[in-house]
Amino acid sequence: MAWETVIGLEIHVQLSTATKIFSGASTAFGAEPNTQACAVDLALPGTLPVLNAEAVRKAVAFGLAVDAEIGKRSVFERKNYFYPDLPKGYQTTQLAEPIVGAGHVEITLEDGTTRQIRIHHAHLEEDAGKSLHEDFHGMSGIDLNRAGTPLIEIVTEPDMRSAEEAVAFARKLHSIVTSIGICDGNMAEGSMRFDVNVSVRPAGSDTLGTRTETKNLNSFRFMEEAIALEVERQIDLIESGGKVIQETRLYNGDTKVARSMRSKEEANDYRYFPCPDLLPVEIDDSFIDAVRDALPMLPDQWKALFIEQYGLSDYDAGVLSSTPSQAAYFDTAAKQCKDGKLAANWVMGELAKYLNQNDLEITASPVSAEQLGGLLERIKDNTLSGNIAKQVFEVMWSEGGSADEIIEAKGLKQVTDSGAIEQIVDQVIAQCTTQVEQYVSAEPDKRGKMIGFFMGQVMKLSQGKANPGQVQGILKQKLDALV
Amino acid sequence: MFEKTLAELAKGLQQGEYSSVELTQAYLQRIKQQDSRYNSFITVCEERAIAQAKAADQAIATGNAGIFTGLPIAHKDIFCTEGVRTSCASKMLDNFISPYNATVVERFNQAGAVTLGKTNMDEFAMGSSNETSFYGPVRNPWNTDYVPGGSSGGSAAAVAGRLTPAATGTDTGGSIRQPAALCGITGLKPTYGRISRYGMIAFASSLDQAGPMTRSAEDAAMMMNVMAGLDPRDSTSVDREVPDYCAELNTPLQGLRIGLPKEFFIDQANPELAKQTEAALKEFEKLGATLHEISLPNTGLSVPAYYIIAPAEASSNLSRFDGVRYGYRCENPVDLEDMYKRSRGEGFGAEVKRRIMIGTYALSAGYYDAYYNKALQVRRLIQNDFTAALQEVDVIMGPTTPHPAFKLGEKTSDPVAMYMEDIFTISLNLAGLPGMSIPCGKVNGMPVGLQIIGNYFAEQKLLNVAHQFQLATDWHQQSPDGLSEV
Repeated sequence: MAWETVIGLEIHVQLSTATKIFSGASTAFGAEPNTQACAVDLALPGTLPVLNAEAVRKAVAFGLAVDAEIGKRSVFERKNYFYPDLPKGYQTTQLAEPIVGAGHVEITLEDGTTRQIRIHHAHLEEDAGKSLHEDFHGMSGIDLNRAGTPLIEIVTEPDMRSAEEAVAFARKLHSIVTSIGICDGNMAEGSMRFDVNVSVRPAGSDTLGTRTETKNLNSFRFMEEAIALEVERQIDLIESGGKVIQETRLYNGDTKVARSMRSKEEANDYRYFPCPDLLPVEIDDSFIDAVRDALPMLPDQWKALFIEQYGLSDYDAGVLSSTPSQAAYFDTAAKQCKDGKLAANWVMGELAKYLNQNDLEITASPVSAEQLGGLLERIKDNTLSGNIAKQVFEVMWSEGGSADEIIEAKGLKQVTDSGAIEQIVDQVIAQCTTQVEQYVSAEPDKRGKMIGFFMGQVMKLSQGKANPGQVQGILKQKLDALV
Repeated sequence: MFEKTLAELAKGLQQGEYSSVELTQAYLQRIKQQDSRYNSFITVCEERAIAQAKAADQAIATGNAGIFTGLPIAHKDIFCTEGVRTSCASKMLDNFISPYNATVVERFNQAGAVTLGKTNMDEFAMGSSNETSFYGPVRNPWNTDYVPGGSSGGSAAAVAGRLTPAATGTDTGGSIRQPAALCGITGLKPTYGRISRYGMIAFASSLDQAGPMTRSAEDAAMMMNVMAGLDPRDSTSVDREVPDYCAELNTPLQGLRIGLPKEFFIDQANPELAKQTEAALKEFEKLGATLHEISLPNTGLSVPAYYIIAPAEASSNLSRFDGVRYGYRCENPVDLEDMYKRSRGEGFGAEVKRRIMIGTYALSAGYYDAYYNKALQVRRLIQNDFTAALQEVDVIMGPTTPHPAFKLGEKTSDPVAMYMEDIFTISLNLAGLPGMSIPCGKVNGMPVGLQIIGNYFAEQKLLNVAHQFQLATDWHQQSPDGLSEV
C-alpha cells in the first residue's frame, strides 16, 4: 500500500533580547551555572513577573514576517507542572489568546516547486532551566540561567508531506527569524528547537492517522533523520497489524535511535489558567506599524528582488536569499560587477565551495563581498579569464588583497593582444600536424567540436592567460583557411 | 506611651520627648514581657530595630527626618524582609531568610520606620482565626481564650495588646478587616493595585492586597502615605496619583449617603452585634449622614466563588515550594517524586493542603468551566452589584463580621463555618474595592467592627469617614482589660 506522511511542526525560537521575558537578568548563553538567574527567575517567594516589551516587539515582528494576524490582546496563562528546572512550578505561556494568529510561509523545494505551509499561531512564553543529569554521581544538577529566556513557540498546521518539506520549512523559518533579527539562529546552543508531529495514512485518505511527537530536535539533519525513522516505524507497525499510539518520543542524533518518552495517558493535566500577576497585553495599530516599518528585508523580498533585478532563476534566487547575510553579500557583489548571474555563479559556486571546505559561515568569509565584486569586475572587462579568476580567488582567500593587487603581483593579466595570440595559434597549428589533417578532412559540421583540442593547447601554452573568446575566433579563422 | 497613636508618637519624637531608641527599646521590652500571652510575633528583630532607631535619631538630630522617621512598626510575616526569616507562618519557610525586601518593607525603611519584628499569621494567610500558624495560634488580647481572627491575627493582636503602635497586614478575603474587628483596632484594605504586592508572598494574586492595621484612622492614613503607589516591579500595581491620605480627614460628613445592603443585615448577624452596628449608624446620622437601604443581590455567592478562585490561584502560587531551591526539604528523599511529595506533605499544614487540593481540582481538565469559569462570572456579577450601588451612595456600611471573636478550637473542625466568618468581607476582594473596619462596640466584652466600603481608590473618603466617627466616639481608644501598666 502507498502511504502518505503528514507532518506538523512546533518550533521554539529563543528571542534575542538582552534580558529575560519577565525579569532583568541577562540571557547570554554559556555563563557559569546559576549566575544569570535573579530572584524572579529563582521564583523566590513574593517575586512577580514584569513583561519585557522587547520580547513583545520581536514576537510581533515575527507575526508580520509570516503575514499573520497580530493578537491585539493576548493573555499569559500558567501551565502548571512540577519539574526541578521549572522554578515556579508553572510555565508562563499563552494559550487561548496568543500574540500571533494564523499566518503562512512559502517554501521552495529542490525541484523548484513551491508550497504554502500554514502557521496555526505563535505564542510568547518563557523557557525553563536545564537539568544536568551527568557529572553529579546519581544526582541531578539544575542550571537556571536559561529559565525565563523569552521564546516564541510557532505551531504549524499539518501541511508538510515529507521530511524534505519539513526541513525546507525549518530552514525557511530559520532564515526568517534570523533575517528579522529576533533570534540568533544558533541551533547548537538551542536557540531554535523543533518538535515534529508525524503521522501516516493511506495515500488518498483525508483523515489523519494517529500522530507521535518527537521533541527537541536541534539540527536540520537530526530532524530529517528522526522523521524518516518515525515514518518507517509507523508504516512497519501498521503493516504488521499494529497500531500507532499517541506518544511523545525522543530522538538521539548520536546513536540514531528514537524511544518513547511518555504516552498520552501519562500526560500531565496542566491546569492552564490566566496568570493573575500579568495584565493582558494590549497593543495598538501604531505599535504594529512601528514594528512593520522597522522590519528589515525578508528572504522572500530578497528573492523577488534578485529575480526582478538580476534575472536570476527562482531556484538561485531562493538559495541566495536563504540567509540575510548571504543575500546582502550577493547583492553587494552583484551591484559592484553589474552582473547578477555572474555573481550568483560565484557565490553559489567557488565561494560556497571554499566556505564548505573550511566550515565557515558567509559572515566569516575571508573574502569580502567587495573583494569578490572587484574580482568579478575584472572578469567582466576581460582582464581575467574564468580559470585565472579562480586562481586569483584562491590567493584572495588565503592571502587577502584586492583582485587588482593580486593580478599585478602575480602577472595574471589576460592576454588580449591579437598579435600575441596569433603567434601562439600558429605555433600550435605547426606542432599538431595530425590533428590539423583530421580537422581539414572532417565533415564541416564536425569541425566545431574538434576546435576544442586546439583551444586547450593554446590556453596551455599561454598559461591560461589568453582570452578564450579571442583564441577561439583566431583558431577558427586560421584552421578554416587551411581547408 | 503605649497608648499613644503613631500621630502622637511622631509628635513626641519631633519634640524630643523621647528618642526613637528609647521608644524602640520600650516596645521591644514590652514584647519580651507580654507576648508569651498572645504569641503575636514570630520573629523579633531586636538588633536591627535598635540600629534603625539609632539611624532615625541621627536623622531627627540633623533635621533630615520625615513624619515616619523613628516610628516603630511590625510587619506581617508575609512581607519579605532582607536578612530576616520570612516564614509566612509555615514550616515550609521556617528556614527561609529573605535576600530582598518587599516593596512595602522598602518603603517603610525609606521613610525611616523601625521594624520591631514579624508578626504571626495563618499559614500562607489561609485562615480566619490565626490557628493554622506553624508557630502556634495567636490569642486575642481582649480575652486570651478567644481567637484574634485571621489571617493577619498577629498584627491585630500586637496592635491591640499595645506591643506595636501599628502593623502591616494583608487582606485576601478579609484578613485585615476581620482580625481588626475582632481585636478592636482599625484596619484598611485598599483598592486592588493601590499598594505593591512585590515581595508579599502570594496567596491569591488577584485578591491579595496589603494595608495598614492601626489604632486609629489617622494612623492608617499616615501608613497609607508610605505604602501606596505604583511599583514597576508589580504589573498589577496601578499608575495613579497618590493623594495625601491625611488631607481630607477633617472634612465634615454632612450629606454623606450611606448605603446599607439588606443582605448584610439579615439572619447571619448576631443580634447583639447588630445593635452595635445600628448604634454606630445612628452616630453617623448625628454627623449629618443619611442612610439608604441598598441591595447587593449576589452577596450569597461570594463565599463559594471565593473558595474556587482563591484556592485555584493558591494551588499554582504555592507550587514553587518544592524543596528544590529553598525552604523545607524532607530528609533522605529516595527520588524526585518522593522529595516533592514528602517535602510538600511535611512542609504544609492541613488548611494549606486543603486549599491546594480544592484549587487543583477546580482547575482540572473537565472541571474548569464548571468551577473556575463560573466563579469568574460570579465575580463579575458581584463587581456589577457594587458598581451599581455606589452610583446611589457614597459609602456602604455594615458589620465587618457576622459574629464577635470565637473561642480557640471552636471552628477548627468545621472549615465551612470558618469560611462563612468572611461573608461580609470577601465580596470586596472579589470586586477589588477598598474597605475598612473600625471598632464600633462590644459584645460580651469582645470588640466588634463596622465595615466601611467605598468606590475604587476612595481610600481618602473611607479614612475621612472613619476619622470623623473616631472623633465622635471612643471605641478605638479602649484597651483590653488586664493589659499591664501602659
